[in-house]
Amino acid sequence: MAETRPTNDQPFIEVRALTMAYGDFVVQRDLNFVVNQGDIFVVMGGNGCGKTTLMRALIGLQQPAQGSVLYGGEDFWSAAPEARQRLKRRLGVLFQGGALWSSLTLAENVALPLSEYTDLPQAHVDDIVSFKLALVGLAGFEEFYPAELSGGMKKRAALARAMALDPDILVIDEPSSGLDPLTARRLDELIVELRDSLGTTIVVVTHELASILSIGNNSIYLDADTHTMIATGHPQLALESGDPKVRHFLTRGAT
Amino acid sequence: MPDNTPWLLDIRPDGDEGLELVLGGRWCMDGNLPAIDVLAEALVEGIQRVRFDGSGLAAWDSGLLTFVAGTARICAGRGIAVDTDGLPDGARRLLAMALAVPEQKVALRSAERAGLLAQVGGATIEFWHGIPQMLHFLGEITQAFARLLTGRARFRRSDLWREIEEVGPRALPIVFVISFLVGLILAYLGADQLRLVGAQIFIADLVAIGMVREIGALMTGIIVAGRTGAAVAARLGTMQVNEEIDAFRTLGISAIDFLVLPRILALMLMVPLLTLYAGFIGMLAGLLVSVTIFDIGVHEYYTEVLRALQLKHFMVGLSKGTVYGAMIAYAGCLRGMQCGRSAEAVGRAATSAVVTAILLITIAASIMTIVYYQLDI
Repeated sequence: MAETRPTNDQPFIEVRALTMAYGDFVVQRDLNFVVNQGDIFVVMGGNGCGKTTLMRALIGLQQPAQGSVLYGGEDFWSAAPEARQRLKRRLGVLFQGGALWSSLTLAENVALPLSEYTDLPQAHVDDIVSFKLALVGLAGFEEFYPAELSGGMKKRAALARAMALDPDILVIDEPSSGLDPLTARRLDELIVELRDSLGTTIVVVTHELASILSIGNNSIYLDADTHTMIATGHPQLALESGDPKVRHFLTRGAT
Repeated sequence: MPDNTPWLLDIRPDGDEGLELVLGGRWCMDGNLPAIDVLAEALVEGIQRVRFDGSGLAAWDSGLLTFVAGTARICAGRGIAVDTDGLPDGARRLLAMALAVPEQKVALRSAERAGLLAQVGGATIEFWHGIPQMLHFLGEITQAFARLLTGRARFRRSDLWREIEEVGPRALPIVFVISFLVGLILAYLGADQLRLVGAQIFIADLVAIGMVREIGALMTGIIVAGRTGAAVAARLGTMQVNEEIDAFRTLGISAIDFLVLPRILALMLMVPLLTLYAGFIGMLAGLLVSVTIFDIGVHEYYTEVLRALQLKHFMVGLSKGTVYGAMIAYAGCLRGMQCGRSAEAVGRAATSAVVTAILLITIAASIMTIVYYQLDI
């Protein structure tokens, strides 16, 4: 948002010594990184390296085995339920498959977080819903059900829902999977625009090279073999001088 | 610290034909923002231009954008020019994006609800259209059975065994409880009447023949319809939602063979067995009541049961069980395969499967009872 946030010296999002595991199987160990306010932070890595698991730890769906996730210095996983709820309110999440509620229309999907978390009158909610849908190019589709939409439209509608409350942090899982290149690019542009206009911090989980290099300004690379991160920083820098594995990934195996 | 300055909106004239909207303070969704109506009043006849001045804004989010977009919409309808140059850059860019894609006219639909008569008519037509679908599905199953008999049906044997386990052994506890209680009720009911003529020993006949011939099959059918019929419909429906059934089709694998056949076979094999089990449990309950309450000896009861029961009673019970099993499988698979592509549709499919199964069971029970009576079985 364009207003000044409560600022202290704590980093915006900080992950400390995070280890994620399913039972005895360690997906990723000892992750340490910082996401600054206004970053477009890309979590990259091959299939099955734990990108989505990391996302689930960040947004509070899966408790990490060890370590902590701090939002403005406040530890998410050790916070009291009310504090955790307050932190969650600052997050918008776009799931890989959209996860739109299939029994609700698009308008109702976008309106639900608004009516749940704000006291806005219905007329205002309707206006905001229409605006958000227009922003993702779905003006006029308010009364449609998710099952009646194409894959790309579902994705965009899900983004409208994720943005409903103008979250400080938008977490996006695989934004361009299943989208054609032009739609994917429009989505990328929208993501950059949200950051520039509203100051939203964006965490993108992706392995889409075009997106990584064009929108990301900070990143980590999760390695599936060593089960930890092997690069961090601007993706362009990682491409130029990073670990050979990361270069290999970012050039589709050309180097 | 959060800035709690409320929103400020000053509408001033700007020349003869213009309006200037001076925005100030905090325009955020968590504050109570002005309704767009305030503007509609100010836009009197003769206004040609509207200009925004946002230099006094302390904070803004979608609340501001919604207001400006609403203004733009009203003005566009009246041919009034809107100048947003005075707004913050970010807000202008987001507005431009929102207005870049025109509203889809085709997408608008009438929200009016049909009247009562129209709804009844619609439902009736839907019912009629449903019947050919049901027959079509029956035909597909028949063809699948033909393929099964000639050994050309493709499904995994392990699926069949898993279904058999799901339908049969796992239903034993609930069938036990229900049949025991029904047997108990039947014994009490009979005892009350038979006592009047001093023929209490006939409790044994009543419970044995009643449970084995009719009630065992009926109770089992209803339990399995609720338990397995709904599960089958939900399972197939979810597969429909995930396009798994389409995936079978594109591979040229018959979804009927692969998914429906094992379920029909499992139910047709297991429901008669459960019926036998239900009959046995019902007789046990009858024995318990007779011995403890009505002073009939265990041996006496046993002999009476043996005397009363004939093979034909078992055949009637087993045949009914088999038919009910087929009905449950048919209803569950039909509703599952007809399922739409949403979570809500899966729920409707499960409900509809149980309702259809119980309806079909009742119809089949009536027909078979009449036929057996006429044939004197």
